[in-house]
Amino acid sequence: MGSKDARRLFLILLFMPFALWIILLIALPNIGMFILSLQEKVGPRVYTYGIANYVEFVNEPIYWNTLLRTATISLLVTALTLLIGFPVAYYIAKIAKKQSKGALFLLCLIPLWVSDLVRAFGWILLLRETGVVSGALQWLGLIDQPVELLYNDVTVVIGLIYTVILFMIVPLVSTLDGMDDSLVEAGFNLGGGRATVLRRIIIPYAMPGIVAGCIVVFMLTAGSYLTPILLGGKNSMWFTEQIYDQFITRYNWESGATFGVLLLVFTSAVVWLGLRLSGQTLAGTVAKS
Amino acid sequence: MNGMKAKLAIGAAVALGLMARTDGAQAETLRLLTWGSYAPDKVIQMFEEKYPDINVEVTFSNNEEMIAKLRATGGGGYDLAQPSHDRVYAAQLEYDIYKPLDLSKIDTSVMDENLLSGVKANTTIEGEVYSVPHQWGTSGLMADVTKAPELKSWADLCDPKYKGKTSMRLKRTILLGTAFAMGEDPFAAYSDLDKYQQILDEVAVKLIECKDNIKTYWQGGDDLSNLMLSGEIVASETWDSTAYRLFSENQNIRFIPPETGALAWIDTFTIPRKGEADDAAYKWINFVLQPEIVTMISASSGAIAAVQGGVGLMPDDKRAAVEAAFDDEAIANLKFFANIPPGVEDMEGKTLEKIKAATAN
Repeated sequence: MGSKDARRLFLILLFMPFALWIILLIALPNIGMFILSLQEKVGPRVYTYGIANYVEFVNEPIYWNTLLRTATISLLVTALTLLIGFPVAYYIAKIAKKQSKGALFLLCLIPLWVSDLVRAFGWILLLRETGVVSGALQWLGLIDQPVELLYNDVTVVIGLIYTVILFMIVPLVSTLDGMDDSLVEAGFNLGGGRATVLRRIIIPYAMPGIVAGCIVVFMLTAGSYLTPILLGGKNSMWFTEQIYDQFITRYNWESGATFGVLLLVFTSAVVWLGLRLSGQTLAGTVAKS
Repeated sequence: MNGMKAKLAIGAAVALGLMARTDGAQAETLRLLTWGSYAPDKVIQMFEEKYPDINVEVTFSNNEEMIAKLRATGGGGYDLAQPSHDRVYAAQLEYDIYKPLDLSKIDTSVMDENLLSGVKANTTIEGEVYSVPHQWGTSGLMADVTKAPELKSWADLCDPKYKGKTSMRLKRTILLGTAFAMGEDPFAAYSDLDKYQQILDEVAVKLIECKDNIKTYWQGGDDLSNLMLSGEIVASETWDSTAYRLFSENQNIRFIPPETGALAWIDTFTIPRKGEADDAAYKWINFVLQPEIVTMISASSGAIAAVQGGVGLMPDDKRAAVEAAFDDEAIANLKFFANIPPGVEDMEGKTLEKIKAATAN
């Protein structure tokens, strides 16, 4: 009976870091955030409970417009990332030689070794009016005046794609890697064109990877802070910026917490909808890759 | 039994982990929460040489983050903070994060009397004084005088002749500056928040119209310096210290006090409520008010020390920049930031959001 208890202790200890991580760093802060979001300030150091913060969110078009804007751009980024990432992943998984696979994969990883902030500054150096790209275009004689490429939504989208594309490529490569080449060959032998093979064989097979990549990319994009702030222009609001402003500049933790909860709920809802529409499950996609 | 033991073992392990703190060090630690340039390495080194038993740790921050950090811990984690004078009163009333100063431990005789009495008046709650001044400076305008020679009002940033060539930071300073430029006195309106809201609404209309004229909203000093030095913009709203730094690189870039008066701030010494090294904090305050240290800190911050003859103690290049920017009239015209009453931050925050979200034209 001693060994049985020892096994149980062993299991508990193994499980402990994970449990502590989930409880202390994920569950408790989110619960705390939710409770905070239900507080209403009635005066200095006096609070009551209620849903006023949520009502305020609904009544203020600026807030939900920003949330919708963030979601729309995030979806756009997700779609573009998939479009750009899929061929890359397919090349690494199916076309590249065995020896070069590792090197190619590493090349995709390298940008991640540098922090978000530095990467955003890299884009600023390239794209600003007196920056590298503008200078090069002038030197080539393609334009005769400096051109400002920063401070607009297109730049934000490009910057975000660059930041998150790896998270699309990795799950795609691992799913595509498991696909037997004979499936594709069979498709061609049976008279399918390239488009048909892609549509009827490769994409259905890669679906779990596609969905997993899209979920991760969408969540990362919607929750990103630095890239939209640094590259965005005078009209570009991002929802995380709103949360920061509420917490830091306005000292309004209650409403900041409300926005945090809403962002979590909203992005989760989008992911759930995406899973429903694509007929996938969370266990079959993210958990697998 | 064994299961019980297992639980006990786990409990003990967790308890030990929680108790294992880095006490026991002999040296006292002074944890400063201050601005980027207010505690240069050299000054810290000199302080630690003079007081070998005190170890200085510095966290760089800004007004908003200082308050957020202290609020999160109820005034713990730091032994001396340096919020601006207008940010102490409301923060203390709302969140109780500071403790009163013992003025007998501070050599207030070296301080500039006007600034000292101003800060005291601003930060006295129930007869207790919470802050004394350290450094002061202003917010105003900056322009490349060869390209924007006529810039003199906050409103000139919105002049179509500089279209796409100006910048500002979308924070409360520009709201206040624009209000002054419209002939209002926003500080006087703090006592009547309805009136203040009305002013803010008018300011919002102005600044939304102005959006089209502006290249971008700058986010920080480096950002602004790059925009200005590269010539991408010719004029901007600015902190004076940033303008002084640029002046030493390009003499055409001048700080310009707006005709309605530059907005003046005073950064203070204030002790957090759960500060654990008050004596060391007082020693630091007295130490950095010595003339030679004042010069070193002014050299790094570009701000003027709140000591008697503070301008004279600035290093030569910074003093030249100040003298190029301010005459006596401009000094007399300074508008010191008034205490921010509770609630005003929310109103201003809403206005700023409205401006940011609006699409011009």
